[in-house]
Amino acid sequence: MKEKNVIQVKDLTKKFGDFTAVNKITFEVKQGEIFGFLGANGAGKTTAMKMLIGISKPTSGEATVANFDVYTHPEDIKKNIGYMSQKFALYDDLTVRENITFFGGIYGLSKTKIKEKAEALISELNLQEVANELVGSLPLGWKQKIAFSVALLHDPKVVFLDEPTGGVDPITRRQFWEMIYKNAHNGTTIFVTTHYMDEAEYCDRVSIMVNGKIEALDTPKKLKEQFNVENMNDVFLKLARG
Amino acid sequence: MKRFIGFIRKEFYHIFRDTRSLFILFGMPIAQVMLFGFAITNEINNVDIAVFDKSKDATTQEIINKIASSKYFSNKQFITNEAEIESVFKKGKIKAVLVFEKDFSQKLIKESVADVQIITDATDPNTANTVNNYISSILQKYGQEINKDIKTPYKIIPESRMVYNPELKSVFMFVPGVMTVILMLVSAMMTSISITREKEMGTMEILLVSPIKPFQVIIGKVFPYIFLSIINAVVIILLSIFIFKMPIEGSLFLLGFESILFIINALSLGILISTMSSTQQTAMMISLMGLMLPVILLSGFIFPIASMPMPLQVISHIIPAKWFIIILKAIMLKGVGLSYIWKETLIILGMTIFYITLSVKKYKIRLE
Repeated sequence: MKEKNVIQVKDLTKKFGDFTAVNKITFEVKQGEIFGFLGANGAGKTTAMKMLIGISKPTSGEATVANFDVYTHPEDIKKNIGYMSQKFALYDDLTVRENITFFGGIYGLSKTKIKEKAEALISELNLQEVANELVGSLPLGWKQKIAFSVALLHDPKVVFLDEPTGGVDPITRRQFWEMIYKNAHNGTTIFVTTHYMDEAEYCDRVSIMVNGKIEALDTPKKLKEQFNVENMNDVFLKLARG
Repeated sequence: MKRFIGFIRKEFYHIFRDTRSLFILFGMPIAQVMLFGFAITNEINNVDIAVFDKSKDATTQEIINKIASSKYFSNKQFITNEAEIESVFKKGKIKAVLVFEKDFSQKLIKESVADVQIITDATDPNTANTVNNYISSILQKYGQEINKDIKTPYKIIPESRMVYNPELKSVFMFVPGVMTVILMLVSAMMTSISITREKEMGTMEILLVSPIKPFQVIIGKVFPYIFLSIINAVVIILLSIFIFKMPIEGSLFLLGFESILFIINALSLGILISTMSSTQQTAMMISLMGLMLPVILLSGFIFPIASMPMPLQVISHIIPAKWFIIILKAIMLKGVGLSYIWKETLIILGMTIFYITLSVKKYKIRLE
């Protein structure tokens, strides 16, 4: 059933002049799946993701996100996705509550809805004491969790996470993945790029991009079997070295 | 619309929580107006002069009294020999020395010509020039007075009258300039910095991925600065009216309209700068180097454009501040209506449209 595939991509290509950043990639992501989008820096991960979230136009190929076409309905896609960048971008000079209110507002949530969501989020993350503090004064790990929750404020069908764990310590990373799991079980699809290969083990399925192409796509277990190695890191090394 | 209001509220949080930008926004205009109004002036007041009177008769005494009684000069010293002239100048207080020749009165009566020498300290050429002109005109006036009864044939007497600023108050010249500089600075620099800050922090990306449209983001960012710039313009005008007694001869409505037009022009320049720079530092450097210096040096604010070399005069045409200063002076001092300044208004309008078109183009290229 088409409904089940939240993201469908076929031969998606992006060229910058002579350089092909993304070369005919094809994949689909099912609802509630945690899909790992792996690759070295410069492999084309970010470019591919930018096309899916509607801030970069593909050169050719097809793609739908939440059943909306990236060419014709980028605005509808934007309403149905959440996005968290590698910078955990929140406004440092706004308080936690003000950030939530602002982002809820630009997604068009009603005032009561925003209030409700804000309270739920604050108690869930145990932020009662810092809810009225400026975000700039909080540790990175907290910002990361808040940014993730803010990306989920409007109950999107898919959340795109661009290297969501850069620069945070292993314990915080672990906690963050627990948050991801919880939301995936609630039916939210997670599309996550990373270059930490240990994180790839947490994903339901992973794709590995090398020089603009998807060179491997399967569950971590099958990939390890296929390449006959112990962990994802070795899978990646085998692929990257060709 | 609700999204938009939320956006603007956020923008005001940014502005009011950043003491540095608050200071630039509101402290600077006041400081600048005061500075230019009081400190930087090319009028002269109470300039100390010395007199070397070799004649010491009734006529020279009368002339000295006339000069000393004007508010421009105070007669501080009498010199008794040639060598002292050099030494008083070296001390620095005395800016001019008046030397009357021997037997001044008698010569004047007998030969109808007597010499008085004005020696000025030209280490500061502007002051020297002004001092020289003022003393000469006092002497000339005195000459006319004593000639009143005598009919000289074929004489041309120039009768000059300075219009629009009869007292030649320099503050009248600076207020339009300062207003232009501040509106340019606040509008262009602050918007370009605040937009690039979103880029630098990564929040711009989040906004672009959200349903809010790019032009809404830009308008939301710019809107608070329109508001703040208008307040600034009002503050500057009030200061100049009440502290410096600047007249506003023309219509306040027209003044307001032209100011808003110029503010929008500066804002669109700020947006253009923000499309060219990815960090706040770059945006600030471009605004300072690319805008502030030309606005101060080439707009006719301080240095008259007519006496610049040709290439600089040509460059001055593309500086919106030049046209706005012309407009401001025309409205404030001459009291003219739109029919006299429509050309300048159209130029600023055209430039604004040009900047906006260019920004939209650049913005699209970046998005591809």
